Amino acid sequence: MMGSIDPILLIASLMVASTPILLAAIGELVTEKAGVLNLGVEGMMIVGAIAGFAMAVETGSPLMGFLGAALAGAALSLIFAFLTQVLLSNQVATGLALTLFGIGFSALIGQGYTGVRPPPTPKMDFGPLSDIPVIGPMLLRHDPMVYVSILIIAAVWAFLKFTRAGLVLRAVGESHDAAHALGYKVVRLRVLAIAFGGACAGLGGAYLSLVRVPQWTEGMTAGAGWIALAIVVFASWRPWRVLAGAYLFGGVTVLQLNLQAAGVAIPVQYLSMAPYLITILVLVLISADRRRAAQNAPASLGRVFHASS
Amino acid sequence: MTGTETAQLLTIRGLTKAYPGVIANSDVSFSVAPGEVHALLGENGAGKSTLVKAIYGLVRPDAGEMRMRGEVYAPSEPRAARAAGVAMVFQHFSLFEALNVAENVALGMETPPRQRELSAKIRAVSEAYGLPLDPSRLVGDLSAGERQRVEIIRCLLQDPKLLIMDEPTSVLTPQEVEILFATLRQLSAEGTAILYISHKLEEIRSLCDSATILRRGKVVATCTPREVSARDLAEMMVGTALTPPARAPRTDWAGAPALEVTGLSVASPMPFGTSLKNVGFAVARGEVLGIAGVAGNGQDELLLALSGELKSAPGMVRAAGVDLGDKGPNDRRRAGFVVAPEERLGHAAAPGMSLVENALLSGAIRMGLVRRGFIDWAATRAFAEGVVRDYDVRTPGTHVAARALSGGNLQKFVIGRELSQEPAVIVINQPTWGVDASAAAAIRQVILDRAAAGAAVVVISQDLDELMEIADRFAALNEGRLSVPRPVQGLTMEEIGLMMGGAHGMHVPEIGAAHLLHAEAADAEA
Repeated sequence: MMGSIDPILLIASLMVASTPILLAAIGELVTEKAGVLNLGVEGMMIVGAIAGFAMAVETGSPLMGFLGAALAGAALSLIFAFLTQVLLSNQVATGLALTLFGIGFSALIGQGYTGVRPPPTPKMDFGPLSDIPVIGPMLLRHDPMVYVSILIIAAVWAFLKFTRAGLVLRAVGESHDAAHALGYKVVRLRVLAIAFGGACAGLGGAYLSLVRVPQWTEGMTAGAGWIALAIVVFASWRPWRVLAGAYLFGGVTVLQLNLQAAGVAIPVQYLSMAPYLITILVLVLISADRRRAAQNAPASLGRVFHASS
Repeated sequence: MTGTETAQLLTIRGLTKAYPGVIANSDVSFSVAPGEVHALLGENGAGKSTLVKAIYGLVRPDAGEMRMRGEVYAPSEPRAARAAGVAMVFQHFSLFEALNVAENVALGMETPPRQRELSAKIRAVSEAYGLPLDPSRLVGDLSAGERQRVEIIRCLLQDPKLLIMDEPTSVLTPQEVEILFATLRQLSAEGTAILYISHKLEEIRSLCDSATILRRGKVVATCTPREVSARDLAEMMVGTALTPPARAPRTDWAGAPALEVTGLSVASPMPFGTSLKNVGFAVARGEVLGIAGVAGNGQDELLLALSGELKSAPGMVRAAGVDLGDKGPNDRRRAGFVVAPEERLGHAAAPGMSLVENALLSGAIRMGLVRRGFIDWAATRAFAEGVVRDYDVRTPGTHVAARALSGGNLQKFVIGRELSQEPAVIVINQPTWGVDASAAAAIRQVILDRAAAGAAVVVISQDLDELMEIADRFAALNEGRLSVPRPVQGLTMEEIGLMMGGAHGMHVPEIGAAHLLHAEAADAEA
């Protein structure tokens, strides 16, 4: 029975299944490293999904679709930025509102797009490399966004670790009062981080509607944004762990779908909950050392910054 | 006029800054010459911090002008101030706990060199000034004294012309203060002007060349601190004569010690906290035990362990012979404990709740304010009003929220609320932190009165003068360990410093350290 599952195909499809969460999570990681808790990931994802879908259908170009999705996600996140950074509203409440707004708004825009097929996203062509046995079909026959998402992870890691701007971003997330006292522009930097998070969430959403599914249905993100949020926390705000967490979740999702198809004698409900359970269990074990996890958590996360004096 | 003005490094004229409801600075004028150590002296809320924030570009004054070497100086942001040669060591550290020393230093510089070069530079300069630092350590793991070194090194690497120090010694042991002063004197000899903010009079008398005294935002006097007595300085600062607290003759109470702590070891619940290691002491009725220590050496943990918020093993804490080691706060309250933590808003009092509600939160058990699960509001209100009346809390009424009270008034309320509960054991952390001098004197007096009435008192404080004034016996916390308590009488400052852990690995700066720094700066420019 297990023999019907091909490990090469499994890994290839887990990369595709994980990419939306990966993109959303890495954006949220940057936002949270700057000290902002944006719970609107789900809303930004689904607005990105419909915006990217509509853009790709209207222009016929998947690239334009992804661009549009990134812009739409960033635009929605700027509403959040304005409310929380300028009007000093509560981040948790505003983020939840953003999610609810995004789900409703996407359903409104998406009315004319149900049942439409988007233009296909071409696969990358690595020439003869794609024909290498095992590695070729497993890793080198995907669409460009899979590689872009891994590049974003690497870029965020290098940005936070090696650049001065990354240091300032971490400093702002660690103590906005101290950063302000040293003369750094806390609000400006946070708005930029929020916009980056929004753009990434938008890309993640568009990947769902343009590649993974690919079509538009209402509420199609189905909680992916919340999983992305959880992965950021359990990955203790480390980019490569976010990649590991997203791939683990994607992997178990694909595996349980395969097992369902193979007709394993486990009730479907248990299989469906498996990705959530296993991902959270593994990440909890990784971040079990509370002292170290606390060190990596941005100390100002979710706190309202007001430059009083 | 221009002659003297260009000779001065910084001249401030008629500086005024108002916030809604308060005038922080009103028509303040003074000047600082190169190499001068100039003190800004005043009580909490006298406007010192606002003034230096204006100089550092964090606050824009409403009126008045500043001149740097005769030229108009109006920094719009700290970056501009740093470019003009102004550096500042903050009172509440502007450090990032989760970042390492080198990263923290880099954040305070305009164009930091690469991490590796910066680390080498930090090592060299810190050794030369007798302030050794490991650039790769996390700031969260450093002691308060070491953190201050990070701030000072960050300033020194910019080769400042004017160094502002905001209450730098509140976190240092006496030995560390001596070394800091040696460093500052050396900097001043090299021509760096220092603006030194403090309310510690003896320090100012030993270090500073001149002093500007502020009261309620106005300059009330200028003087040469060496030529006036500490008492005169205090009276200029406060505006009235101060009386030291009076002590009633000691009564000898019979029986077991009111509070007995043996082998108390608990892990800290905070990420960068200090665990308590084998802490032991006993306090008799009518006795005041003073516990000193540099901030972050286990004071918060000791308070939590005594209040019961942090539970310990059975037998570690006893009151009048009864074991309370594994009992929580409510059981301990029933046994006669009252506790006043350092953080007034958020720990001692709920900021958004009224004084009546706050009185209920800690007084419910001992004052019998709750019957069969229902609150007796009339009795609670009477209790709160009694505290406000007896402890001279200035408030429009007991219905106002705790956060609406000034720091000093809220502290009087918190202390009064605890001391009014007929306590057998009193534990207070930082009783007069951020409280003006007359309120502080009143708080110290009521603590002594309670001790005279038979309570055992533990006062944890970073203010050594305060402990010397009210404690019978003295001990110090150092890295979570408590020294053996000793009678206050006959104790010297040096002995106290050693009990607090001495100089934590610092040494007096070498002569010629400055040359190294300037050579480095020249290298960097080349």
